[in-house]
Amino acid sequence: MKNIWIICRKELRSYFVSPIGYILLVTFAVIAGFFFWTIVNGVLQVTMEAQLEGEPYPMNINEQIIRPLLLNLSVIQLLLIPLITMRLFAEEKRTGTIELLATSPITDVEVILGKWLAAVLMYSCMLGTVVLDMLFLFRYGQAAWKPLAVGCLGMLLQAGGLLAIGTFISSLTRNQIIAGAVTFGACLLLFVMGWVSAYDGATWATVLSYLSLNSHFDSFAKGVIDTKDVIYDVTVIFVGLFFTARSMESLRWRS
Amino acid sequence: MITVKGLTKRYARNTAVDHISFEVQKGQIVGFLGPNGAGKTTTMRMLTCFLTPTGGSATVAGFDILEQPLEVKKRIGYLPETPPVYPEMRVGEYLSFVGQLKGLSRGDLESRVGYACERCSVADVRNKLIGKLSKGYRQRVGLAQAIIHNPDVLILDEPTAGLDPKQINETRDLIKSLAGDHTIILSTHILPEVSQTCEQVIIINKGKIVATDSVSNLQHRARSGESVLVEVGGRNGNLDPAAVQRKLEQVAGVNRVIAKSDGQKRAIFEVESGPNKSVRGDVARAVVESGWDLNELRAASMSLEEVFLQLTGTEAPAEMEVVAATAGGQKE
Repeated sequence: MKNIWIICRKELRSYFVSPIGYILLVTFAVIAGFFFWTIVNGVLQVTMEAQLEGEPYPMNINEQIIRPLLLNLSVIQLLLIPLITMRLFAEEKRTGTIELLATSPITDVEVILGKWLAAVLMYSCMLGTVVLDMLFLFRYGQAAWKPLAVGCLGMLLQAGGLLAIGTFISSLTRNQIIAGAVTFGACLLLFVMGWVSAYDGATWATVLSYLSLNSHFDSFAKGVIDTKDVIYDVTVIFVGLFFTARSMESLRWRS
Repeated sequence: MITVKGLTKRYARNTAVDHISFEVQKGQIVGFLGPNGAGKTTTMRMLTCFLTPTGGSATVAGFDILEQPLEVKKRIGYLPETPPVYPEMRVGEYLSFVGQLKGLSRGDLESRVGYACERCSVADVRNKLIGKLSKGYRQRVGLAQAIIHNPDVLILDEPTAGLDPKQINETRDLIKSLAGDHTIILSTHILPEVSQTCEQVIIINKGKIVATDSVSNLQHRARSGESVLVEVGGRNGNLDPAAVQRKLEQVAGVNRVIAKSDGQKRAIFEVESGPNKSVRGDVARAVVESGWDLNELRAASMSLEEVFLQLTGTEAPAEMEVVAATAGGQKE
């Protein structure tokens, strides 16, 4: 446990001694802020028109602002997650520092968990900037915090899975660009592959849509914790980290 | 301290290390010598538990590298060929990170970092970013990283590669000074390094050990097959080199005579004799009794380089000769 924390702290430091950590934070905050602003504006427009017509418009901040915002962000994160994970192992392999980690009295699993945890914490910081936006809703409106918390939990779980996949892909190469590009491809594919079920009712299409990311996020965005979705996300995390461990082990045979 | 038995590493197409066995006693400095690609790094990586061997076994400080890798890793300090440093970290931060990785307690950490800095003379750059350091300093930070947890065994892969001659000497002195507390294995392809730093040499070529011996024994072995350079002059300016050669070949104990240069006035021959047999007296007598002048007679002992080349069966690379001549140069 102590070793995981040592690795995690070192990774977190390296996000913030280089510009990458700040760039990720700012990019995410700006994009999230933009979406927040357009969604709030849209809702205001509709309510105003409704008032002009003399019919009160039923307002539900969670349903009309938080949910669409989270859905949007779950797409935006596909672009940013590869940037978080791409250097995790690729950089260590390129500079040879992986030899230091692999010859220190600490297990591969501890190294992997430390790195993944650092990526998750980095992502949590990014998500934190969105929560700042949301605070306005609580100040000026009547939002319920529970659905928001569930939504954030869903974001974290989903991102945890994608980050685990990214960690795995980063452990396969010594080139950060390759790691980033392949991770992006994998995330995007995982997101869109459910779409086939819209055109095809065959079993394989249904299976693909079950495996796809976006079919497991909507209930979280609504504020509902569905065991099925939690199991899905935890499975993705586990599989990603498991393959990373296998990849680390193969390093001991090949390099 | 280190026992290696039949250690083997096979890849899909080639065998990098082929059934090597050797032992290293506590407190020794052992040089791992061989041309590039001989399997030195692979062997070291297996001993440090970075690579899993395909066959054989090894124990370090009494722990098996396959059964108890964590115990082995606790007792090994390892400096890979390129120092495993993070350029974005400061020297002090880096060393305390490595110290924590190696399992130092919070209480010991500060003093061990200070000790390692002092010992490897990097105390003056402790607050600098590693990325901004020169190659020599980075190498020393790498060494400091290897000794931070006071390991029983130090494994250093080409510790002087890429340094300038002054830094090379400093690094060698540093390694020698560490020998008392640690058992050291260092790899190199530079011969003077071995004769200057190590007590024991393991010569490895194409994945196999070709010789294990102490440095003095190897040098002795080099001298045992003696060869003598003889310069013979004609008394009145007339000399028949062929006759001289014939005469020299008749001297008892001489195996071979090679004409190095021949002329009307003087000729030089290299006379090789069997081991443990000095033929210098007989050669001198034979020359003088035949009525020629003996201008020069000196032993041309085989150098460590020649032993090495003989053992590894490789041609003398120009680089190695240059390095030998300047007694310590740079790799590549």
